[in-house]
Formats: sequence, structure tokens, C-alpha cells
Amino acid sequence: MTVQPTSLQASRVDLLLLAEMVKPGSRVLDVGCGDGALLRILAETRQVDGRGVELSQSGVNQCVARGLSVVQGDADKDLVNYPDNAFDFAILSQTIQATRRPRDVLDQLLRIGNRVIVSFPNFGHWNIRTQLLFRGCMPETENLAYSWYDTPNIHFCTIKDFRELCRELDAKVERSIALNAQGGRMGLGIPLFMQNLFGEQAIFLLAR
Amino acid sequence: MADVKEKPKMNTNGKRRAQMLAPDSLVMEFGEDEPLKLDCGGSLASYSLAYQTYGELNADKSNAVLVCHALTGDQHVANTHPVTGKAGWWETMVGPGKPIDTRRFFVICVNHVGGCMGSTGPTSVNPETGRAYGLDFPVITVPDMVRAEAHLLDRLGIEQLFCVVGGSMGGMQVLEWAASYGDRVFSAIPIATAARHSSQNIAFHEVGRQAVMADPDWRAGRYLDEGTQPSKGLAVARMAAHITYLSDDALHRKFGRNLQDRDHISFGFDADFQVESYLRHQGFTFVDRFDANSYLYMTRAMDYFDLAADRGGDLAKAFEGTQTRFCCVSFTSDWLFPTEETRTVVQALNAVAANVSFVEIETDKGHDAFLLDEPELFDAVSGFLSAAARTRGLDMADADL
Repeated sequence: MTVQPTSLQASRVDLLLLAEMVKPGSRVLDVGCGDGALLRILAETRQVDGRGVELSQSGVNQCVARGLSVVQGDADKDLVNYPDNAFDFAILSQTIQATRRPRDVLDQLLRIGNRVIVSFPNFGHWNIRTQLLFRGCMPETENLAYSWYDTPNIHFCTIKDFRELCRELDAKVERSIALNAQGGRMGLGIPLFMQNLFGEQAIFLLAR
Repeated sequence: MADVKEKPKMNTNGKRRAQMLAPDSLVMEFGEDEPLKLDCGGSLASYSLAYQTYGELNADKSNAVLVCHALTGDQHVANTHPVTGKAGWWETMVGPGKPIDTRRFFVICVNHVGGCMGSTGPTSVNPETGRAYGLDFPVITVPDMVRAEAHLLDRLGIEQLFCVVGGSMGGMQVLEWAASYGDRVFSAIPIATAARHSSQNIAFHEVGRQAVMADPDWRAGRYLDEGTQPSKGLAVARMAAHITYLSDDALHRKFGRNLQDRDHISFGFDADFQVESYLRHQGFTFVDRFDANSYLYMTRAMDYFDLAADRGGDLAKAFEGTQTRFCCVSFTSDWLFPTEETRTVVQALNAVAANVSFVEIETDKGHDAFLLDEPELFDAVSGFLSAAARTRGLDMADADL
């Protein structure tokens, strides 16, 4: 079942692909929900009972003013407050690389959500590899346009790294999608090393 | 306070007394067949509640919003005050086209039991003695006030409130409503409040009460019988309390060290500084509209509030299984009810996976910010209410969303 782009900003292909993984009508916690773009897509296309956690106060206030249920909170600290299996889906969209303890955060999400969806920029992408190899500088790309000294992204990983973390945490990968630089979904059956080399972003659906 | 002159205020005082006895409000009387059970163990054999309403109750009675007033507030949320002649205390928030839109919602505000604007309180006549209760009035708690309001809603035939909203002590009531009558509360907006009154806040209240009781005109609480008014004591109580409602930054921005009507300090104890003059003004205008014994009772109710204590110390238990949608609001410069207090509530709500929003608003206006023009507060409340109304299926036909 495909989620149609709506009146909402249609350019975030990763959000639409992510939304496709969410069962309609389910309870969802979006950790690091930003200005609520994903929550709105989920509300509009999946009729979810959605909640958000966001670190930035201005993001939270915008979300609440738009009628979304969002609390100001820190993924590294506040997830312990939620009970086990409180949500059908716990989502970490483009956030895991900005947490201080990604392993603990993912562990908490697997406890809180029956399913966990994680999307992140793949640091194994060829462009990043070649920047480091040939320029000898910390990579900057269109999607990761920060200098090393002011980036909020402090824990990058590759698709391969993330799979390894999932194994360590006993998380079963139910689905995974790699997106190419244009935001298109890479075909099924592409070997993992190719995904890790040509996928600019990845979306994982996990369960434990 | 040597130089403080009492202003001639027979007029407002008379008006205030009149509002206690025969308020310009709707009044619901509860007779001896339905006494109000109180946490102190006793009960009020009969009592009345003065309340205001705004807007229209819809056919299925699903659009009622209960506004809970703060310590020294009253039911006059959005109309000219019958004693002071000033605008209602929350006209920025409640009214046609306002965040709590009276074109869509039926807004109710009740003068709390123990208050002094027409509901039964220490100024009311004790049926057993024929005199004002004074300190014979039983100590009232926040849950008592909420219980009384629930009886009023029963009378009005309102089974479930669309929303309960309030700041400070009003926020405590919101939390109590959600905890004790969860199925009667579709949504809740506790603002600048806490699940229990802190030690520091109890301390401030004690200063205020001691100031009242130290006034010789207080007469052990029998001033109404004796024809006196503990105005100075109550004014000092208000002055001390008023400081806690503001912030260092706000006071400094407003007054700095500016002098009042003079170019030099006087080397005496006149109100040299504008901030002193301002506080004295706050104190004396307050006694025009508030009763000293009510002040004792209301502060005590806040002191006793501790939502977790009644539930084995576990705040999350207060909200177990709640279906209520919450929007908790705090202000960065509020040191009376700091954000941490709200965060504690939010954590308890998260622990039961409640539907909760939490907005902390950046402002230097301190605790009072909830009563002031804070656009972010209005955006949060109207956004939250609109979404809740959609979920509740309230008619949005004439709302501009």
C-alpha cells in the first residue's frame, strides 16, 4: 500500500516511505519529531494516534500549536519514563546519529514499541568515503551540511554498523530500505555491500 | 508601613461585602440533603456556589470548558469585575475568537468553596451560630473544591467536560480533576502548576498568613463581627506574595532602582523606590477585593495539595489508565512553579503512556505570565483545543481553522 504525497510537504520522500511501514490506526511515538512533519503525514495518511518527543523547545511549541501531542524531552534521558510496549511503533527518524548513547536509545525504543522504525544517513555512502579518502576532510554533503565542529550529528554509522547493532540488541530486522541520493528506493535484492555503498539513507523496521 | 495611609474605600469594601452575600453571578444552592464531604473529615451541611458561564451549552452537552481560578481569582473570567470594575482576569484567553473561544465552547468558572465572591466561605453565615464562620469554617482542600464543582456539573447535567483548564492553584484543580474524575475530563490544560506544593511555597504562604494574623484588626478571625478589617496584614501578605509572582528580570526591567516622585533618596522609610510604591499599591488594591480569612483558607488548600501522597507516593498512579489528553504548560522564569514541577507531571503521564503535550514558554514575566499576553501560550492552547475538538467531534463549522 502506497502512501500518496498530500498537501503536506511532499519532498521528504524518506518520511513517506517511513510512513508506509506504519500500520493505519496504530499508536505511534516519534522521538525527535522536529516540527512534526512526520507526525502530520502519519495523522493524515495513517490515522495514527501519534505522540512526539522533541528536544528543541521551539519545535515543540510549533507542534502543539498545530494540534500535535508533543512533549519537550531528551531521547537520551526521558525514554526510561515510558512503560513497556506502550506504542505499536516507536520511530527514530533522522535522530539516532544526534543522540549521545544511540545503543541505549535504541534499546529503550525496542522496549517501548512493539515495532521500531529507524531512519538515518548512511555514513558508508561512496561520496562520504571518497571525501575522506581523497580530500582528507570530514565529509559534508547536501543532507549533512554541517562542519565537523558544529554538527549535532555526533554518532554516525553505516548501514553495516547499524545491522551489527541490531544483532547485538537482539532486534530482528523485519524490513530495510536503502535510498539513493535522489531519494529513490533502491531495488530489492541488491546485495548489502552495494546498499552500504550507494544508499544515502536507510530505513529499518525492527522488532524484538 | 508607618507612612502607609489607608485610602477611603468604603465603596469597594461595601461592594465586596455585597458580592459575598448576593453575588452578581449565577448561584447554585446545595441543601442539607446533599452535604459536601470534606477531606478534613467533616462536611458542609449546606453550601452555595457562585459561578459565571459564557457561550452556549450544545445539545449533547459536550462542549463545556471548566476554567479553574487561581488563589485570589474568582469566577469573573471574562466580564467586568463587579467590585473593581476592571476587565475579567483572563479576557486575553477566554472570549469570542479567543483561544478558549466562547463561540464554540460553553465556559464555566466557579468561585471555589472557601472563596469570597459569593460561594460559601469563611465570610458566609454559619447556620449554627447566625454569625460569619470566620475560623469555624472547616479547612478546605483542592480535592474538596473539585468535589463541589463536580456536584455543580451534576446539577447542570454535564457528564463530561470537554476541557478543564487553569493556572497555579487552578492548575492543581485541573490535575485533581484528571486524577479523581478522569472519565469526566476529555482534555486538561494545567498551566504553571505542580502536583504538590513545594516547601518553599508553603513557607511563603506561611509568611502571608502570619502577616494577616499579626494585624490587631484580624481579631482572631472575628473581624466581621467586630467591624474591623485586617487590611494592613492582608496587604503585607499580598506584597510578599506578589514578589513571588514576578521575576528578578521583570522587576528590574519595570522598575530598576528608579525613584518614586523624587530625585534623591530620602534617608527614611518612605517609598523611595518605584518598586516599593508599586508593591504598596498591589497590597492596598488587593484588600479592596479579597477577604483576609479566605486568604488563609485558600493558601492552606494549596499547601495541603499533594497528588502523589494520596496514592502511595506514586504520582503515575494518579493517572493510571487515563484517557484524558493533556497539555501541560510552564514558563522559563517562573520560580514559584518552576518547569521542573511540570516535568514531574509530564513524566508521570508518560509513565502511563498518556496523551500529553508539554510546552515550556520562554518569558521573563515569572509566574504571572499565565495571566498575561503571551502569544505562545495562546497558540499552544488554541492548537491543542482545536485538535481535541476534532477528536471529540465538536462542530467546527464556524471556527476559522
